[in-house]
Amino acid sequence: MAEASTTPEASPRTPAEDLSPDQLRAAYRLMVLARSVDERCLALQRQGRIGFYAPLQGQEAAQVGCAWALRPEDWIFPAYREIAVALVRGVPLQAIIDQFYGNAEDEVKGRQMPNHFGYRQFRFVTASSPVGTQITQAVGTAMAAKMRKEPIVTISFFGDGTTSSNDFHAGLNFAGVFQAPSIFFIQNNQWAISLPRERQTRSATLAEKAQAYGIAGVVVDGMDLSAVYRVVREARERALSGGGPTLIEAQVYRLGPHSTSDDPKRYRTEAELAEWKGRDPIARMKQQLLSSGDLTEAQDQEYWGEAREQLASVIKHAESVPPVAPSTLFEDLFARPTPALEEQRAELERLLSEGVVKP
Amino acid sequence: MSELTLVQAVNRGLQQAMRADPDVVLLGEDIGVNGGVFRATEGLQKEFGADRVIDTPLSETGIVGTAIGMALYGLKPVPEIQFQDFIYPAFDQIVSELAKFRYRSGGQYPCHVVLRAPYGGGIKGGLYHSQSAEAYFAHTSGLKVVIPSTPADAKGLLLSAIHDEDPVLFFEPKRIYRAVTGEVPDGDVRVPIGTASIVRDGTDVSLFAYGAMIPPTLKAAESLESEGISAEVIDLRTLSPLDEKAVLTSVEKTGRAVIVHEAPRFCGYGAELAAILAEKAFFSLKAPIQRVTGWDTPFPYALEHLYLPNAERIVHAARSTARAG
Repeated sequence: MAEASTTPEASPRTPAEDLSPDQLRAAYRLMVLARSVDERCLALQRQGRIGFYAPLQGQEAAQVGCAWALRPEDWIFPAYREIAVALVRGVPLQAIIDQFYGNAEDEVKGRQMPNHFGYRQFRFVTASSPVGTQITQAVGTAMAAKMRKEPIVTISFFGDGTTSSNDFHAGLNFAGVFQAPSIFFIQNNQWAISLPRERQTRSATLAEKAQAYGIAGVVVDGMDLSAVYRVVREARERALSGGGPTLIEAQVYRLGPHSTSDDPKRYRTEAELAEWKGRDPIARMKQQLLSSGDLTEAQDQEYWGEAREQLASVIKHAESVPPVAPSTLFEDLFARPTPALEEQRAELERLLSEGVVKP
Repeated sequence: MSELTLVQAVNRGLQQAMRADPDVVLLGEDIGVNGGVFRATEGLQKEFGADRVIDTPLSETGIVGTAIGMALYGLKPVPEIQFQDFIYPAFDQIVSELAKFRYRSGGQYPCHVVLRAPYGGGIKGGLYHSQSAEAYFAHTSGLKVVIPSTPADAKGLLLSAIHDEDPVLFFEPKRIYRAVTGEVPDGDVRVPIGTASIVRDGTDVSLFAYGAMIPPTLKAAESLESEGISAEVIDLRTLSPLDEKAVLTSVEKTGRAVIVHEAPRFCGYGAELAAILAEKAFFSLKAPIQRVTGWDTPFPYALEHLYLPNAERIVHAARSTARAG
């Protein structure tokens, strides 16, 4: 996989207290890229060119601010909406789009729906669809790293709905008991498909659940990139200095549908959407950078333009790559295929060669 | 060689693996200070420390989820589920995560966890301390499922499991944890996963069993011999991947098959064995296949002696198979 151009510049062991104007501009540029991916992929799905898409609009500042406060050696356990996190980590856009197409160059060999990617070299663990399972896993990795005395943290990403899951409880509880260097990053986007946040829990905030586990809990405005960056940076330092895990609730809003299979008009009002659109993290960040003189309208136009071009080019490539070969269906289940799998692979090959099924 | 019970052999296997490799860690409920409710991990926390023999909070999904995270990182975790009956809260982690990590990541993330759990009835454990849930896991692609029946196999298969590269569910027949002792080789002597064992040669009927069903099956074979029926007993040892060759070879010789397991009959492991025999040994079969299994009910408390297959039921089935056709 080619080295990415979007990786944050080499920073000291502990990320700086605040982001420099240059870093803020670079972060904004990635937010623009993430939003552009979203808009383009929603269209690709409608055109039938990709099978599914789960957008992240409204969550760009939370994702970019959070990922920027991590070090490349930290382990990321994503849910299925963390495209901006992957971009900050340096995952090439081509790799992400190839996954959406499930083509022969897709790192996960066309096995998963779009959004369920993973890249070992970037310590970005492959996502699954069941919610919450990554939380206990991230805690286990943190326990292992602590055992081996490697100064890294693990972070799990999930939404407000997942705070109702078994693994949320088990994960926070284990992390508290074992003081695992792990961060739990909730993007509370207010909706778990059709259910509003207040139907998940009677708690006033999600972060206050941390108290019951004896760990730190923080609420942050997830539409404010710098604020998110600061709390994640602090959580990372706390974890590495033996202060234990932190539960962070970034309050954001899911501006789009849950996924391309969802119609939010069935359960939420236009007025609510309009109100949150007024707090769009991209518009907010742009305004901030314009008023501080760290961004010009021309640069902004340039960012949107380059994102469009980059997307056009990676989509063109992804569509030119052949689909995954049928024989890959039987790979990677075990380190070595079992006799029964070899037999089934031969059976499928026979069916293909006899024309009973088409490739 | 040492004369050990099955549970002692498990303990020696864990000790052997932990001495050889600092990446091997154990985690589970009551396994540390207490040495496990069946004493399978007795003395190990004392020898290897609380960092490597971890007493966890009471949460199966927590145990398996964190074990997966440790395995992704490069450790070799061997979690214990106290009773197989309590494995269901971890079902999601086992079936959706452990079994699929290598596959769903395109081979990027092998996930080598050896999950140990005592299983099976005959200890007056009722519904929730007696179950034989192997079929759920044998049905799940991406998992290896191993069940030993002797002390030597318990240690040898456990060592193979810990040195494997894939997730292994290692189910221990708790009813015979201490029922018999046997000679167990000292040191790192492994029994390969994926090979069945012919524990008794015979020519008239093949008896297939595993785990705690091996002793009554052997007893049945002896009794059949006195009636002039020569029974071959195959201990499957690994349910997935199955040693299909051993199964087919035996039935090609005998032409008759009886399958024994204590799990319920419907969609039990025997159904798969019977289907394989029907598909691949149909013309060797001289009589219908028989299954001797637990009934299609939950595992009962007071009537467990009527639920569990015993030598008499196995003899009865083998006799009717031998007479048929």
